[in-house]
Amino acid sequence: MKGIFRIALKLLMNDKSKFTALLVGITFAVFLMVMMMSMFTGILAKSCAPVYNIGARIWVMDPAVNNTISSIPMPDYVLSTARSIEGVKYAVPLYYGGAQVKLKDGTYQSVTVIGLDDSTLFGRPELVEGRIEDIFAENAFLVVKDAEYAKLESPKVGTEFEINDNRGTIVGLARVASSGLFGVPTLYTTFNRAITYIPSSRFTTSYVLIEPKRESDIPRIQREIAKIGYDALTSEQFVRKISDFYTFKTGMGMNIMLMTAISFIVGLSISGQTFYTFILENIDKFGAMKAIGAKGRELVSMILFQSFFTSLVGYGLGVGAASTFMTLAKLRLPEYAAQTTFAILGFALLMVVVIAGISSYIGVRKVLQIQPFDIFRG
Amino acid sequence: MGESLIRADNLAKWFGEGASRTMAVRDACFEVRHGEMLYIVGPSGSGKTTLLSMVSGILKPNGGNVTVEGRDLWSMGDDELADLRLNKIGFVFQDYHLFPRLTTLENVAIPLILKKVEWDEALRRSMEYLEIVGLKDRANLQPVKLSGGEQQRVAIARAIVGQPDILIFDEPTASLDGDTGRKIVEFVKKRILDENRCIIIVTHDSRIYEYADTILKMEDGKITGVEKNHLHEK
Repeated sequence: MKGIFRIALKLLMNDKSKFTALLVGITFAVFLMVMMMSMFTGILAKSCAPVYNIGARIWVMDPAVNNTISSIPMPDYVLSTARSIEGVKYAVPLYYGGAQVKLKDGTYQSVTVIGLDDSTLFGRPELVEGRIEDIFAENAFLVVKDAEYAKLESPKVGTEFEINDNRGTIVGLARVASSGLFGVPTLYTTFNRAITYIPSSRFTTSYVLIEPKRESDIPRIQREIAKIGYDALTSEQFVRKISDFYTFKTGMGMNIMLMTAISFIVGLSISGQTFYTFILENIDKFGAMKAIGAKGRELVSMILFQSFFTSLVGYGLGVGAASTFMTLAKLRLPEYAAQTTFAILGFALLMVVVIAGISSYIGVRKVLQIQPFDIFRG
Repeated sequence: MGESLIRADNLAKWFGEGASRTMAVRDACFEVRHGEMLYIVGPSGSGKTTLLSMVSGILKPNGGNVTVEGRDLWSMGDDELADLRLNKIGFVFQDYHLFPRLTTLENVAIPLILKKVEWDEALRRSMEYLEIVGLKDRANLQPVKLSGGEQQRVAIARAIVGQPDILIFDEPTASLDGDTGRKIVEFVKKRILDENRCIIIVTHDSRIYEYADTILKMEDGKITGVEKNHLHEK
């Protein structure tokens, strides 16, 4: 390490109270920013869970649908039209809705029911117990064994229950990539059983799932579906639509953004103020160094080094603290909605660099203003 | 005494403009030779520090010029001037200006670090100079744990570690008691001054005048007299 950076580091780290205050400020800011954004990303990921779990390439829906649970039933001709479009490999209906399961103690538990196409079972989950063909048995349902599973009193294969005044039987336990956002258990059954057991309107198809023959067929499929007044969204587009809904139309996004901004301001305030005090306390020494022969750019590089070193250490500690917190939370709550992405880490790093930049700018200005003659004059 | 090391011709400095203009130094001419210890003395506000700052490349004069070994100081650019101060001039400030968070040894090493000497080598050489000023055993202490006289000696070690030709002392005895002040100046005279080096001291402490080779007296920004101490002439 270059000598002046070593001097800069010693000046900073030997001032333990200020170094600690700087680290605490930045660590706290990074922790809050990462936590806020991770929680929001986790919520968004969970809100899109059905899209990931079912895995269809194209989802056909009413244009008013903005998230999976608010599906608007479509008439049968949508499915027929989809099947007739050139470039469609296959198209299947999907039922997605809610129902009430009566538990043994007489209480009711809300569940999400997903009805898979009877002939293909497209979108079926991976089974951890039972056989998939049993889904065609009388009253058969698969239950997803996730964090919400216990809310149905942890049913086994063969367990019978009451759903909307109909008998249901568990024939298999399933596992999915991601659980839903609202904390309700998920049951899978066939499309026809779902629309029979669960009261519905005249139209019954929640979504039409399409597999195109080629990726290049997607625009044509979307144009043809649009002609009949519906949307055909790729899975990425549907995920973005859901994310946009939660981000911009629920207030959730704005709240998270505000909290992130507040965390940034808190970090900037603590770090900026402490760093400024640190520079002020040493300003005569920097002036003396200038008199001795230090060049302005050397002093500036020392200050930038101090500022960025502290910020990066604080960043590391903040990310570490957030990761530890999320890990501990997930040990306790397996479905804890927090997901840290590289984009979040990158954004937090950018914010930290901004904090370091602004903090050091104040110090740099001060140091460049001090004249060696001021040191002689005392 | 040797050849001229610093030469100041008609130096003038004023602060402010118009009606608020104050003359700090006017028509100052003098020279300092190798091996010479020159004092600039006078009452507060007489322009001593301003004159010192102009000859040490810190404050640009409004008139006149300064040459160091024949080179015009104020025709140099900022970087060149900073290099000249680093390589040719050693400063001992009135309040020492030691970094309280660095050890004594690290404080002494600063000029070498600025000269891009490797860290370990800089510390090794700094230790030699701490030994010269008698503070080798204080190398790892922070300056706040040293007495005023010891801090002064650390500042001296820092000033001489880069082996400059010119040493500048600003009120070296101002923060010290009379006895310690005399000892410091006596030490500087005997151990630091040699035929390759000159020392300029700004002071108004008459108790140390006896160590000067030349005394410039200043009043109201003007040099009002030059006294040579003939006892010191070789």
